[in-house]
Amino acid sequence: MPDGLFIFFAALTLGAALLLVLSRNAVTSAMGMILALVGVAADFFLLDAYFLGVLQVLVYAGAVMVLFLFIIMLLDTEDPTGAYPWKTAALGLATFFLLAAGVLWLFHWSGAVSAVKAGATPPELSTNPAEFTTAAKSFGRLLYTKYLLPLEIAGFLLLVALVGVVSLSKDNPESNA
Amino acid sequence: MENTSLAHHLILAGLLFVLGLTGVLMRRNLLVVYMCLELMLAAATLALVAFSRFNRTMDGAVLVFFVITVAAAEVAVGLALIVALFRKRGTVQSDALTTLRD
Repeated sequence: MPDGLFIFFAALTLGAALLLVLSRNAVTSAMGMILALVGVAADFFLLDAYFLGVLQVLVYAGAVMVLFLFIIMLLDTEDPTGAYPWKTAALGLATFFLLAAGVLWLFHWSGAVSAVKAGATPPELSTNPAEFTTAAKSFGRLLYTKYLLPLEIAGFLLLVALVGVVSLSKDNPESNA
Repeated sequence: MENTSLAHHLILAGLLFVLGLTGVLMRRNLLVVYMCLELMLAAATLALVAFSRFNRTMDGAVLVFFVITVAAAEVAVGLALIVALFRKRGTVQSDALTTLRD
């Protein structure tokens, strides 16, 4: 039987994700998304990845979702019919049950995971910075040694995204078809 | 935390991913579809962190760091695209955007 905190946050995350998928109101969907992301961050904490948990709340549940809410309220997206499209909803639900059954079978009954590496409990935390530690220092060490090139590319990607957004949101009268 | 196995975290990540995929398939509001895509990304990061923790390596966690960076950039560009689309067509319902089909 898993830990009570894990059960609580897993239920919170899945419930919030359900709210995101099923709610008709886009603002309610965004609230569900925020809650689901906080639930994922809580699971990061339970996995001893404190730095990533904080980052998830700050960047995702904070900045990104505020951007989403701004756009939702700016565009005022009202669904004109209000009803779900029958066929796609049925297709979506069928996919959900099929894949959910697959996930449960794969990780719970097939025994494939324990073949990879699964103790009943996580291994002891080490203090060796090359292994998994809770310190943010071990992130910095890897980011500036082994992952230096990806870090530079990520920085460049942010610059490209910035320029792209500016040029996209500029009002261009010539391109109005 | 002492008695959650790797399978528990992977099941949570898998269910979250499937929920996001369901949302992408059945919703028509492009903004909600986009949020469901983000949910799938979050589920994948959860699996990465779980594998990282149980294998005692830092690489998966660093990869999550990059995923968060790329996702932030992607959200900015995607939302700019949706706003540009709304300006031009006046709607963000995916079933109203059928110019290429007709």
